[in-house]
Amino acid sequence: MSRHSEKPGATADGVRPVLDIADLKVTFATDAGDVFAVKDVSLSVAPGEIVAIVGESGSGKTVTAKAILGLLPETAQSSGAVVISGNNVITVSPAQLRAIRGRDVAMVFQEPSTALNPVYTVGWQIAEGLRAHRPEGKRVGKKEARKLAIEALGKVGIPDPEKRVDYYPHQFSGGQKQRVVIAAALALNPGLIVADEPTTALDVTVQAEILELLRDLRDRYGTSIVLITHNMGVVADLADRVVVMYQGDVVEEAGSEALFANPREEYTQKLLAAVPHLGRNSASEGFTERAFQDKEVLVRATDLEIEYPGRLGSPAFRAVDKVSFTISAGEVFGLVGESGSGKTTIGRAIAGLNRTTGGSLNVLGYEMRDYRERTFRPLRKDIGFVFQDPAASFNPHLTIGECVAEPLAIHTSLGGPAITKKVEELLESVQLPRGYARRFPHELSGGQRQRASLARALALQPKLLIADEPTSALDVSVQAKVLELFLEIQAELGFAALFISHDLAVVDILAEWVGVLYKGRLVEQGIGNQVMGNPQHDYTKRLIASLPVPNPAEQAERRAIHQALIAAK
Amino acid sequence: MAQANESFFSRLPVVAHLRKSVGLQRGMLVAGIAITAAFLLTAAFAPLIAPYGFSQGFSETQSPPSSAHIWGTTAGGYDVFSRTIWGAQTAFLVVVIAVALSIFAGVILGLVSGYFGGWVDRVLVVVSDAIYAFPTLLLAIVMSITISRGSSSLWGGIFSAAISITVVFIPQYFRVIRAETIRLKAEPFVESAIVVGASSVRIMARHIYKNATRTLPLIFTLNASEAILTLAALGFLGFGIEPTYAAEWGYDLNRAQSDATAGIWWTGVFPGAAIVLTVLGLTLLGESMNDLNDPRLRGRRRAGKKKQELVDA
Repeated sequence: MSRHSEKPGATADGVRPVLDIADLKVTFATDAGDVFAVKDVSLSVAPGEIVAIVGESGSGKTVTAKAILGLLPETAQSSGAVVISGNNVITVSPAQLRAIRGRDVAMVFQEPSTALNPVYTVGWQIAEGLRAHRPEGKRVGKKEARKLAIEALGKVGIPDPEKRVDYYPHQFSGGQKQRVVIAAALALNPGLIVADEPTTALDVTVQAEILELLRDLRDRYGTSIVLITHNMGVVADLADRVVVMYQGDVVEEAGSEALFANPREEYTQKLLAAVPHLGRNSASEGFTERAFQDKEVLVRATDLEIEYPGRLGSPAFRAVDKVSFTISAGEVFGLVGESGSGKTTIGRAIAGLNRTTGGSLNVLGYEMRDYRERTFRPLRKDIGFVFQDPAASFNPHLTIGECVAEPLAIHTSLGGPAITKKVEELLESVQLPRGYARRFPHELSGGQRQRASLARALALQPKLLIADEPTSALDVSVQAKVLELFLEIQAELGFAALFISHDLAVVDILAEWVGVLYKGRLVEQGIGNQVMGNPQHDYTKRLIASLPVPNPAEQAERRAIHQALIAAK
Repeated sequence: MAQANESFFSRLPVVAHLRKSVGLQRGMLVAGIAITAAFLLTAAFAPLIAPYGFSQGFSETQSPPSSAHIWGTTAGGYDVFSRTIWGAQTAFLVVVIAVALSIFAGVILGLVSGYFGGWVDRVLVVVSDAIYAFPTLLLAIVMSITISRGSSSLWGGIFSAAISITVVFIPQYFRVIRAETIRLKAEPFVESAIVVGASSVRIMARHIYKNATRTLPLIFTLNASEAILTLAALGFLGFGIEPTYAAEWGYDLNRAQSDATAGIWWTGVFPGAAIVLTVLGLTLLGESMNDLNDPRLRGRRRAGKKKQELVDA
């Protein structure tokens, strides 16, 4: 361990670290040969310390986390040392490994709804760890297990734990489920919790609560946390020390404040610069009134209602409730909301993928209440759509060129060579090399695919573009480039756009006019920087306050404001 | 990534599988390929391999294996070796016709039913369920009687056997394709085709068809072995092809029934072994393709050549 003593933040004071990783290497056997997922990682975690491992997808951060718990799949081969309370996880026997898991180290997963078994009560699932480990050498009785489970639920702030211990996972909300998962991880009081993207699947307001809980656990019980995340805001909010990973290697390791204030490595600098920051580069900088109001109105929703039919006997679910807005030619309308707020439903309704059930939605002069695919089809050439997941929105059996050419083949009478030429131009306009037309979707990276997706949406020069979370599946640095490209093309072609996102900072960069959706209602709309800077509705205030910013000092202030807001409620 | 540089040949179903396989899975696959290849070659070169015609009668009946008749002769005076070889040809024809017919019908019905849904879908599902509920063999017998009306010439017999197998198989293809279509219908790339304004036929033909038929080579091989068994069962029960029109293993087995108790083993063993081997080969091929298609079932070489060096840390 002597080799760690010179590192900043390491356990120089002689306290034994809860986790000590030395020269960890992980190799996967795949069809395409060996993949070196983790090349050489060394780090240690002191008691009560929160260490964040950050990196983009493919950086090896999740593989490192799994190696800590010995959860790597059979195809992986690991070497080096992962020492948890004196045991090397890599070389111990399976029986010893089982003993270490739960007792010394526990894991919190990304998706709480899949981490819990739906057919058992949460109390049973929390007690499962207790039953497996027999603390103090004897079996845990039913009564005692229940008592401990109630205690654990109380610790993580589930109200009324005596009653809720008998609830099933589906009776909890997403945030509460994550609390239950954390309670199960805490059941045996492990010294270390590995949290793999614990808030990625959650909404921002819920994320703030979970981060608060994790911090609280550390403060009260001295639990060390290894936090795996790609979200720099979360890191700024929670971490004491940050390890930046890139392509399987540790690029930089520093205290949280030092890293954000003064990143040493070029990669870290680029990563931090790419993170969108609320209030910087606002598209509506200096605006005092809504732009483009003299132009033609392309989309007009009046008291729009969209319901999803319920199952037999249960009432219909109202996804969109009396929403009114307009989108004028040339305008970028940003629609913000958390999951289940109805933002995607609105976007899909405009494209004719969902039927409206009440009110009026007028798209390019077509009343969507009387929707018929046959009569709406001619209008489709004026509407482009960019989907959330660029990997899934391309037919894997067609080349990029064929995919981009599809709208041209359907709506124009251009011949083969003319289409090929046009496709190449389109690809160049989204900054992809011409040769990519012959490649298949899986041969492109996520960002490249999303550019191709933009090229397809813009192939017929539509008047309206609907972009449904186009960057949320991308890494921050890629997201930054795609957003920049979007801004450029929009300025050049001047199409109107409905930009749907859960990320306020992203919307602020693109949209001049922003609408905030909450449970199907449009609670606030206005000029971007006014909504972000001076929110009027309570929900918008909460939403903005709970967004973590990638700056530890600023985030500490924001946290205080957020807590005051919650306390005031 | 790696796929980009590979030739068309190496991406063909069986070849690609062979390249991906390792260890025991590879052994199973190679055995399957070898037996199936032997079957196909026998079927193709039957006129060259077989010393006599399938309907050529000899005066010496039930004679044991000798130099003139290496696998002996049957009670009807046929040469067992020649009939077994010719039988491969009949089996091959029936299987190809049966599976080809059922794939066409099943895929089209599955695509339409899955994509449009509604009452068409409901009716087709009920019909296919009803066919499922029948015992396969009974249905095949009924179809065989209806089609051939008792007289069974070479092609008449082959078609009646093939079509009766087809009726049984259509629901299988229908179900697989329909399930895939329903899954794919909700995929973003299909939605993006809708948004672009593509017609339903275009979406089905261009976007869903290719993605839904990925598993077909696999069902094809597994069904081929089932088709051979059904054909043999039909022949054994006397609903097959007359011996004068084509050689058929099931019929030969039927004739060999009484021989077995009399100690005349050669009339039954060879056609029986032919059925077993062919079915075994096709099943091995199909099953190992199934395992190799699933990345979770597929075995891989361990990463890193020297295990020793990696473990000491």
